[in-house]
Amino acid sequence: MGLTLTWLSVIILIPLAGLFLKTFELSFDQFWSIVTSRRTLNALKISFGLSFAAALVNLVMGTIIVWALVRYRFPGRRLFDAIVDIPFALPTAVAGVALTSLFAQKGWLGAPLAELGIKVAFTPIGIFIAMIFIGIPFVVRTVQPVLLDLDVEIEEAAASLGANRWHTVFRVILPSLIPALLTGFALAFARAVGEYGSVIFIAGNLPNVSEIAPLLIVIRLSEFRYADATSIAVVMLVASFLIIFAVNRLQRWAQTRIPAH
Amino acid sequence: MTMQSGLATSPTQLRVYAPTADLDVASPPSREQERARAIVSPRDSRTEPGPVRFVIIALALTFLTVFVVLPLVVVFAQAFSKGISSYVAALTEPEALSAIRLTLLVAAISVGLNLVFGVIAAWAIAKFDFRGKTFLITLIDLPFSVSPVISGLVFVLLFGAQGYFGPWLQAHNIHVLFAVPGIALATVFVTFPFVARALIPLMQEQGTQEEEAAISLGASGLQTFFRVTLPNIKWGLLYGVLLCNARAMGEFGAVSVVSGHIRGETNTMPLLVEILYNEYQFVASFAIASLLAMLALITLVVKTVLERRLDEGQIPSDD
Repeated sequence: MGLTLTWLSVIILIPLAGLFLKTFELSFDQFWSIVTSRRTLNALKISFGLSFAAALVNLVMGTIIVWALVRYRFPGRRLFDAIVDIPFALPTAVAGVALTSLFAQKGWLGAPLAELGIKVAFTPIGIFIAMIFIGIPFVVRTVQPVLLDLDVEIEEAAASLGANRWHTVFRVILPSLIPALLTGFALAFARAVGEYGSVIFIAGNLPNVSEIAPLLIVIRLSEFRYADATSIAVVMLVASFLIIFAVNRLQRWAQTRIPAH
Repeated sequence: MTMQSGLATSPTQLRVYAPTADLDVASPPSREQERARAIVSPRDSRTEPGPVRFVIIALALTFLTVFVVLPLVVVFAQAFSKGISSYVAALTEPEALSAIRLTLLVAAISVGLNLVFGVIAAWAIAKFDFRGKTFLITLIDLPFSVSPVISGLVFVLLFGAQGYFGPWLQAHNIHVLFAVPGIALATVFVTFPFVARALIPLMQEQGTQEEEAAISLGASGLQTFFRVTLPNIKWGLLYGVLLCNARAMGEFGAVSVVSGHIRGETNTMPLLVEILYNEYQFVASFAIASLLAMLALITLVVKTVLERRLDEGQIPSDD
């Protein structure tokens, strides 16, 4: 018992406390000027903005994938179900080099896209693609069990009361999936914001254009500008705490909703 | 983490949704339902029209193929693009071998430590009530939600030359940062949640009755743990160890910050993938990457098997 707490504090609490203590060594003005410098602001904007957009794509595509996996039977369904976990399991650096080589100008997908005039690798679109890759299992694995457990009777009731399929899906089924959908969205968003390995290869890493916040932390560290690195880290950490807090709240909300129907 | 896949799906559950004739066999319709069906066509009300179904399946499969399958295929295609001999040559380079050795060492250290402390943490949380339990659970989950780069950064702040323990370590000539201990520490931090997370729900579900029985029959604490608790949680434990190991071997961001990238000394496999890639040694880079991809695939297969075991194991405890 005491051992657990000691170990946890040694391995988790002390390092994180160190991070905040380091930030308090700065005056607020110093902290503020670092965080609001053009390059930092742009990196944060790119990280949070693209993560949000990628999580939205994951939300829509994740729902479609869950629907196909749970509601329909087709050849290879089990295989595709297992495949969803690959972004969880594949080391991020491997995902990074693979996506880059796939979407590079001579890559399997990069070449046809280049003919259409779309450049993916080494642009913000590349970051966006990597973030979609890394986030998709979160939405699918959060929503899937809920759709599996959903009572068929509700649908039957809606149908027997004269609702057409469109109404049943959008007025009856989707609303009861909302807590799970939002949780999946938040998890995918949080993961994309902090993602490093799968993004940096494909990003191009041009300051102010395609430089994500975690990379800027690494750059500042290699320049021995510890204060800058720490300040950016604290901003990101606070943001991800807020997201986790929101997720926990969502899950509590979902639990109170279930007895209601 | 919700890693339970749809493999738990019971076939009967799916049959209900399938627009086939055994729908009626599965549940004989009541008179009210029959009347309702006379008004609304059952085909339209229970599932989507054929073309819609087709579009949804096509969208799902295309998306998964483009975003998940193709990247995986590319790794192997690139690794073998110059033939098997250059693939083997790339993997037997001294640099590659030293990276493989380091990765195995770091994974062994972090799996070992997290195994012991993950079990203790899960035991404490699942079997005892105490103040601050929610806080403890949040603490355990924390490494999942922190950017790997930040996980590495905190250890630089602690052990770096300007860090809190840096001067003391330097005075005693102990190398943590840019050396194996730092890499191991960062990996332990990042992989801490896996074992505890896999065990907590399992141990909570099993309750404390069996342990109480064992102790009242005169078993010592350790005997109770090894004879009663451990056999009950073995599949869950394996599941946690499996995911912990996969992440430990594949961790990139945190390790990259603390490693210092000393070639042949502090490069793990993922770091070597990056270095070789940036040097345009694509075959060598993808050869190492293919080993990691195989690790991921094996992990997924074993995970699927373990999930089935865990589902089966839950049936008797439900009774």
